[in-house]
Amino acid sequence: MTTIVRAATDSSTMLRRNLLRMVRYPSMTLMLVGMPIVFLLLFVYVFGATLGAGIGAGGSGTDGRTAYLGYVVPGILLMTVAAAANGTAVTVSMDMTQGLIARFKTMPIARVAVLTGHVVGNVVQSLIGVAVVLGVALLLGYRPAAGPLGWLGATGLLALIAFAMTWLSVALGLVAKNVESASNLPMPLTFLPFLGSGFVPTDSLPVGLAWFAEHQPFTPMIEGVRGLLSGTPVGSAGWLAVGWSVLISALGYLWARRLYDRRTG
Amino acid sequence: MTEQSDPAIVTVGLRKAYGEHVVLDDADLRVPAGSVYALLGPNGAGKTTTVNILSTLVAADAGTATVAGHDVARDPDAVRAAIGVTGQFSAVDHLLTGRENLRLMADLHHLGRARGRERVEELLERFGLTEAAARPAATYSGGMGRRLDLAMTLIGTPRVIFLDEPTTGLDPRSRREVWRFVRELVRGGVTIFLTTQYLDEADQLADRVGVLDDGRLVAEGTPDELKRLVPGGHVRLRFADADGLEAAARALAGSTRDDQALSLQVPADGSLASLRDLLARLDAAAAEVQDLSVHAPDLDDVFLALTDRSASRKAPPA
Ligand SMILES: Nc1ncnc2c1ncn2[C@@H]1O[C@H](COP(=O)(O)OP(=O)(O)O)[C@@H](O)[C@H]1O
Ligand SMILES: [Mg+2]
Repeated sequence: MTTIVRAATDSSTMLRRNLLRMVRYPSMTLMLVGMPIVFLLLFVYVFGATLGAGIGAGGSGTDGRTAYLGYVVPGILLMTVAAAANGTAVTVSMDMTQGLIARFKTMPIARVAVLTGHVVGNVVQSLIGVAVVLGVALLLGYRPAAGPLGWLGATGLLALIAFAMTWLSVALGLVAKNVESASNLPMPLTFLPFLGSGFVPTDSLPVGLAWFAEHQPFTPMIEGVRGLLSGTPVGSAGWLAVGWSVLISALGYLWARRLYDRRTG
Repeated sequence: MTEQSDPAIVTVGLRKAYGEHVVLDDADLRVPAGSVYALLGPNGAGKTTTVNILSTLVAADAGTATVAGHDVARDPDAVRAAIGVTGQFSAVDHLLTGRENLRLMADLHHLGRARGRERVEELLERFGLTEAAARPAATYSGGMGRRLDLAMTLIGTPRVIFLDEPTTGLDPRSRREVWRFVRELVRGGVTIFLTTQYLDEADQLADRVGVLDDGRLVAEGTPDELKRLVPGGHVRLRFADADGLEAAARALAGSTRDDQALSLQVPADGSLASLRDLLARLDAAAAEVQDLSVHAPDLDDVFLALTDRSASRKAPPA
């Protein structure tokens, strides 16, 4: 078996394991989509009318709320992806503390397979989460204007972002000393949409924060998804989002590989 | 086990330190193929570190190690293809069932669908897990978890098997079960490297024993050879009163008395002649013995003697 074929075979075996775990333990997936859904309801029903008026999209009251729903969904979707990645850090850390990673390391399997199994499994889980959250948003009256191409693009971009977040989270799961710190380390990812254009436009933020919001990776990611779903021009945000994702994937991958391959015990 | 056959494990000058703390110091090991080697030592002696180095998990700081003919540092993949490892703590996926855990291992060993299934059922049967096979591993008892762990290790039919404290924390019955599996494996021709804190376990299972104390291999040999390292066994005498103890202690030079327990420990090799001699001397001293027991030297004595010696060697001069 060539190295590539072996890596692919072993990765798909590991992927099967992770999907099986997902089926066996559905409460994990539910928990991961629970938080974004709570935020969605909170922001739409509690703050929606006011914020909708604030972003100047349509009048106040119900109109404002519907307009704000259209604005906030991309940020909530990013939050969903980040929460799922957070779950991966926990799973990887559990594999470490339960000795499974050590067991895999002493077996003649492709080194990368353990990690790719987690990553691909989590991308699948993220997309399921995204679908569930989108379903709730549609029930609330979310009506994106995107055509098939827009949906395809948004799905692809979200998958790429999930891929990037997951590689980073796998590394965080490997570097964490215990499961608890593995669940805390990626937490900032879940809240970065707040410090970007996820909930309010960046120009409404105080100067320092606005600068950060405009330059952090989540803002172009959110803008890219928002553009694709609303059928408006994506502009440079799309390429920036792809660029950030590729960069984060590469750094996360290299870091995770390095942590996995170290033999210091 | 022939002299010509290549040894399964050879290490030369193996050394590992974490910071200033030397946890394995200049270890030379040689394990003939098809034999059982037990690394015996208390907690923190460096047993797991040794297993980790030999199973390619951890790199040594110095020295070389060859397992199944392959250098662990230069050709770890070849080593991994030849070994099976059961770690000190059971490493199974708790969310998956016993059968799913084994299938995962079969797939990772590229056994193929039909062969994999066959092997999984065979191992479930052999380890008495067929009935529990469809239950999540999280519901298994300690002994069952250990058995699943062992079965997972055997899926790839390894030639060299590492068992790190395979019976620690098990009840006596499960412990005997593990011993039985080890003996079966040896009959099948594999080499077993196990670690243990239990002297009787090494005595029961091992062809050769290495005594590890604080990172140093303080003794090595067959269980019998090790037992010969200590002066011999002893006879323990108990007395009804202090007078009896006093009289006997005076008559038996070289004995150790315990006034609290009213007992006396007399060095003896356990032979009939030495016992007869002892009884004669007790009679002559008119010492009334209440109770007598003969203790053959066991690995406990070896262990204490050796580790005491190494402890005093390290101790700063008073
Ligand atoms: N990763 C590590 N970092 C620092 N010290 C370690 C590490 N692993 C083991 N040790 C130390 O090395 C010594 C030997 O440990 P170990 O090989 O696990 O002993 P044993 O298995 O015989 O109980 C212990 O003192 C332990 O604290
Ligand atoms: Mg240990």
